[in-house]
Amino acid sequence: MLAKRIIPCLDVNQGRVVKGVNFLNLVDAGDPVEAACRYDEMGADELVFLDITASAEKRDIIIDVVEKTAAKIFIPLTVGGGINKMEDIRNLLNAGADKVSINTAAVQNIDFVRKSAKKFGSQCIVVAIDVKLSGDHYEVFIHGGRTPTGIEAISWAKRVEKAGAGEILLTSMETDGTKNGYDIDITRQISESVNIPVIASGGAGELAHLYDALVDGKADAVLAASIFHYKELSIRQCKEYLLSKGVTIRL
Amino acid sequence: MITVVDYGMGNLRSVVKAFEHVGAEVEVVSTAKAVDKATALVVPGVGAFDDCMTTLGKANLDEAINRHIFHGKPYLGICLGHQILFEAHEESRKKIPGLGIFPGTVRRFPSDLKVPHMGWNQIKIYRKKCPLLRGVEDGEMFYFVHSYYTEPLDSRIVATRTDYGVNFTSMIWDGSLLYSVQFHPEKSQNAGLQILKNYTELYG
Repeated sequence: MLAKRIIPCLDVNQGRVVKGVNFLNLVDAGDPVEAACRYDEMGADELVFLDITASAEKRDIIIDVVEKTAAKIFIPLTVGGGINKMEDIRNLLNAGADKVSINTAAVQNIDFVRKSAKKFGSQCIVVAIDVKLSGDHYEVFIHGGRTPTGIEAISWAKRVEKAGAGEILLTSMETDGTKNGYDIDITRQISESVNIPVIASGGAGELAHLYDALVDGKADAVLAASIFHYKELSIRQCKEYLLSKGVTIRL
Repeated sequence: MITVVDYGMGNLRSVVKAFEHVGAEVEVVSTAKAVDKATALVVPGVGAFDDCMTTLGKANLDEAINRHIFHGKPYLGICLGHQILFEAHEESRKKIPGLGIFPGTVRRFPSDLKVPHMGWNQIKIYRKKCPLLRGVEDGEMFYFVHSYYTEPLDSRIVATRTDYGVNFTSMIWDGSLLYSVQFHPEKSQNAGLQILKNYTELYG
């Protein structure tokens, strides 16, 4: 049976990990390559780099980080953040990324998803969707959650699937950072509406939250950042817990 | 020497890096002439089948790969490099045939499943003597990303199977030096590296 995936996410700014990773014995706690290697050793099923570098001229730094990481760890690596050109995708894939995650650029031009899926294959095109409850429905936000789009989340998920996205990374803006658990409602609704894998993100604070997102929310994978960085929970601990609850997991 | 064939489908970097990590000397080639000189060939690839066969054909790489296999030299196909060994591929709108080394078809997963089949899944070993599976346990998990699976007519070449709604062939071994895998050993951490290490130590 296909295993549910546990995916740690590292926020990277100008080649440095932000939100301080708190591993013991790291020579350089801000080095994303070292952090990535540590997650790999701990049993991460995949890894996500979210590049939050604002300045355009410093955006190439992530390429170097990806190259160095891909030479050392042998699990799938996804890179997201500010990707809006075919050239960005090509450069990241050539550097050793396996998938790229597209967010704002997908909303601004769905053709970008279509073209990149056709060019590079659906398997490497992840569409990240940031959502927030707005009245009786969930609305899609872009620009790192700053800009509402007026687009309803479920119909958007179906559209990106149709355009060729191979996976959806769904972040609930309301639960993100709260540690009160993932938004199970929208996770399940989207997971049931599309035929591609859905990664739940935003809100992980304890073991039960992961279980809820994977089982009740029907997510195929869970992404978490701070709970792993600050060593509140180890990946191993999460996996053993999920396994004991009957979830298929790779140990 | 491990010879990785580059025909412009997907990036080879991780395959090359993974082989280097297990101690292999690796060369990347893109011409039929270079394939003819290879001892241990690796054909990776992700993407669309038609593009793949067309690109291989343009550079006469299809014939070179066929010759390599015909001469009984070591071959390891990964993902598309696994699927091209068969006769027909359901994805092909233009009815472009595969290399036809093995009788059988490549089919799309049924529509009630999430496609692509993406993530870690177990292998069930049917050919315990398969040299590339040395040090790999039955039930070990590997990383998969694919929408199509192979259906060989000859069950004797099935080295492992994997269950994703369909109990499909995840690894092939012809009993000699021809191997191919649907999963990505270069993305399957230690278990995957073990397979690449075995290939390198045996033929590299």
